[in-house]
Amino acid sequence: MIEKRDPADLTSEERAELGTRYTYTPHKPPLAETSDELRARIPGWGADLDPADRPAVPKMRFDPGATGARWEFPERQPELRPRERSVEHAFVTPVFGTGQPLKGVSGVVRRLAYRRFSEARAAHWLLLVAADRVDVAEGRVTSALRGRPDRLVAETGVRGEAGHEPVSSRAGRVDVRHQWIDPVIVAGPMAVAGVLAYRVVRRARSAR
Amino acid sequence: MKAMTYRGPYRIRVEEKDRPTIEHPNDAIVRVTTAAICGSDLHLYHGLMPDTRVGHTFGHEFVGIVDEVGPSVQSLQVGNRVMVPFNVFCGSCFFCARGLYSNCHNVNPNATAVGGIYGYSHTTGGYDGGQAEYVRVPFADVGPSLVPDWMGDEDAVLLTDALPTGYFGAQLGDIVEGDTVVVFGAGPVGLFAAKSAWLMGAGRVIVVDHLDYRLELARTFAHAETVNFTHHRDIVVHLKRTTGHLGADVAIDAVGAEADGNLLMHVTAAKLKMQGGSPIALNWAIDGVRKGGTISVMGAYGPIFSAVKFGDAMNKGLTINANQCPVKRQWPRLLEHIRNGHLRPSDIVTHRFPLDEIAEGYHVFSAKLDGVVKPLVVPSAA
Repeated sequence: MIEKRDPADLTSEERAELGTRYTYTPHKPPLAETSDELRARIPGWGADLDPADRPAVPKMRFDPGATGARWEFPERQPELRPRERSVEHAFVTPVFGTGQPLKGVSGVVRRLAYRRFSEARAAHWLLLVAADRVDVAEGRVTSALRGRPDRLVAETGVRGEAGHEPVSSRAGRVDVRHQWIDPVIVAGPMAVAGVLAYRVVRRARSAR
Repeated sequence: MKAMTYRGPYRIRVEEKDRPTIEHPNDAIVRVTTAAICGSDLHLYHGLMPDTRVGHTFGHEFVGIVDEVGPSVQSLQVGNRVMVPFNVFCGSCFFCARGLYSNCHNVNPNATAVGGIYGYSHTTGGYDGGQAEYVRVPFADVGPSLVPDWMGDEDAVLLTDALPTGYFGAQLGDIVEGDTVVVFGAGPVGLFAAKSAWLMGAGRVIVVDHLDYRLELARTFAHAETVNFTHHRDIVVHLKRTTGHLGADVAIDAVGAEADGNLLMHVTAAKLKMQGGSPIALNWAIDGVRKGGTISVMGAYGPIFSAVKFGDAMNKGLTINANQCPVKRQWPRLLEHIRNGHLRPSDIVTHRFPLDEIAEGYHVFSAKLDGVVKPLVVPSAA
């Protein structure tokens, strides 16, 4: 049981010395409520007090029959096109996602990240992050070529500001201090790409 | 079919995509009736998870109706109403055989350090997710379960991640009777972790966040004490003072990669992607827990290194327990708690967006507008 010590019973001197009186002795500082009081106040308090009632205890429990699997090694999903994999795997896993296969320049970078570097190497992840940014640029171009250009404002969902208390929701919040960076992250790469494209075109024209 | 698709950081749209097909004999195709946006979806939305590809459909919290089954599926039939755990898992590998469904070795060719997750980038296997009209569900005999007749979609969808993960977070804390538990983060997972800590006999539960409307819910829904860390010059000192200078027995990190509270950390990690996550909450947990205490981490971090104060963790003799939640392992007990009235997951649902307006839903959730705690997505085909 939890030792009860009502804070209201403590003198101000005792309260000020709580740390010295308890933490610096063998005793734990007292709690404001006993187990019985908590049980009365909070629905279900202590229902899983016994670790045996907690479903993932022990963390590892060998019970292969519990899952519904009728196989020791699953039938393999057909690999209809070469599937990238971590070099830490012995082979492509029996089942895998097939969305968004590697393509374009981003695909080249991603393939390099998977073939060359293990998950333990920062280069693996940094190449994948770089490929993500290349992919966004490629996606913008290919989407425009397919007649469904990105609607840069609508896709940010900024219209959701309307009717969702945009001013009062942000008042006094600590995270508002860095929200100015969000537009830079969204528009920054586009601005850089625009400047680079302008320079390339201008250089090509002046070379003629 | 209509599906949410990723277009780049902070940008998504709804597109027409091909309806998924049976790609493995034990696949099912599920018509989604209700999906949810998870706080960890925001890490993808913000471009924080490596190998998030343009065109990817997010969504690892969804329930629906079985629309088609592969030839080897025995436990499900077309028309069944199912809830699908966010983990894709085979049920038979070394890890699944030991209950570690979230660490399955047979479903994610892209990485060995993480299992398979629906709609959570190619780093977790490249499976398109459930913020769509239809979704492919591998290992249909292993993952999904029938939704009990007495349970509505809005409770069921929260059983696919948020509630089991929060409960699991409390479990990872190895709470014993009378423990003081501090929970960092008053989002859905933090709220469920706080509520679950009581089930395990906590003597005191303190929830830390900076959003007052969420702290209010921590008081009313989770019966917890609350601390707005912006009201204190040093939250660790405050936690020490409020625990008689001992520190909490257990600290739960329910924040993960985009923690606020330190501008440098947040900008380098969450904005400039120079870290796998902003470890502010984790560092507060390390410093705010008592020596010999336990830290539970189920807030999501990316695979890149993070500036974690590991020296303090070592010197304090801390136990750090962490994992993605093995959702299906939690269900039987959680269903009992819901039936007994100890938990009512849908109490935290605040917003419902049609799939066509999912970009607005993400923006509202990301910007924390309008008191949002848990937004749901309803596909039009539902």
